[in-house]
Amino acid sequence: MVAASPLANEVLFHLGPVPFVRAVVTTWAIMAALTLVSWLGLRRAGVHAGTVQTVLEIVVEAIAKLVGEIIGRDSWPYLPFLGTLFIFLICANLAAVVPGLQPPTGHVETPAVLAALVFFSVHYFGIRSRGLLGYVRRYTQPNPLLLPLNVLSEVTRTFSLMVRLLGNIMSHELVIGIIVLLAGLLVPIPFMLLGIMIGIIQAYIFTVLAAVFIAAAVNSAEVE
Amino acid sequence: MTIEMLSIIGAVVAVSFGAIGPAFSEGRAIAAAMEAIARQPESAGPLSRTLFVGLAMIETMAIYCLVIALLLLFANPFVG
Repeated sequence: MVAASPLANEVLFHLGPVPFVRAVVTTWAIMAALTLVSWLGLRRAGVHAGTVQTVLEIVVEAIAKLVGEIIGRDSWPYLPFLGTLFIFLICANLAAVVPGLQPPTGHVETPAVLAALVFFSVHYFGIRSRGLLGYVRRYTQPNPLLLPLNVLSEVTRTFSLMVRLLGNIMSHELVIGIIVLLAGLLVPIPFMLLGIMIGIIQAYIFTVLAAVFIAAAVNSAEVE
Repeated sequence: MTIEMLSIIGAVVAVSFGAIGPAFSEGRAIAAAMEAIARQPESAGPLSRTLFVGLAMIETMAIYCLVIALLLLFANPFVG
């Protein structure tokens, strides 16, 4: 029997009436680590880059290339959001590798918030690049009869974005737990390696899908 | 048969049968992508990206079944 429900949150400590769950604290730690590394790397940024700055530049260039291929236009306005999403998701999904940590994306709340961020940023970028009327007219394409379906697809694709990330990470945690319960010492290691791959692929897929949604919201003016 | 037993059976059925369709379709998608890459190795980059996105879409169906199963097991609305 699996002891604790994977849907339940483990409360670490209370600050007044506010409970702080493990996922939130892990998220804060990841945010602090990312901010610290970026700040340290770019504190004395220059043409003759140091080690950390070079690594950061390689990462940013790689993500910019990926996003640019999908969006098909100048990707720099969308890069801060998508790049941060990607790096945060990789760190969050791989938190399980560090002993004692749990990935915050394995609980409902963090993927829900990330999917909601993608949902709102799609509309924000769409309205900013095409104007309110032009953006709303997108929902009546190719036929006004499809308006309900287009609106429905906004909801379902956001929901599936959330459920995909949550389901993969949480189910993998469950699988590891079951295998540890069954087979003890060295057997879970290949599954943990598989978990690293799943974490990276899910971060990639989440980012690519967010980029695809943003590209669809921003670009369809040229298609018409 | 209590509600708990029925929920466990329901969860098992949901995951096992819900995994069949996505498994078949993912296999077909990967086979098609392999064929395309074998014919045109230079287009491997865009192909694999599209493949990943498509696989994610297909996989969502299996994940939905998993979520239903987990809801039945851990957050069942009919069990007090």
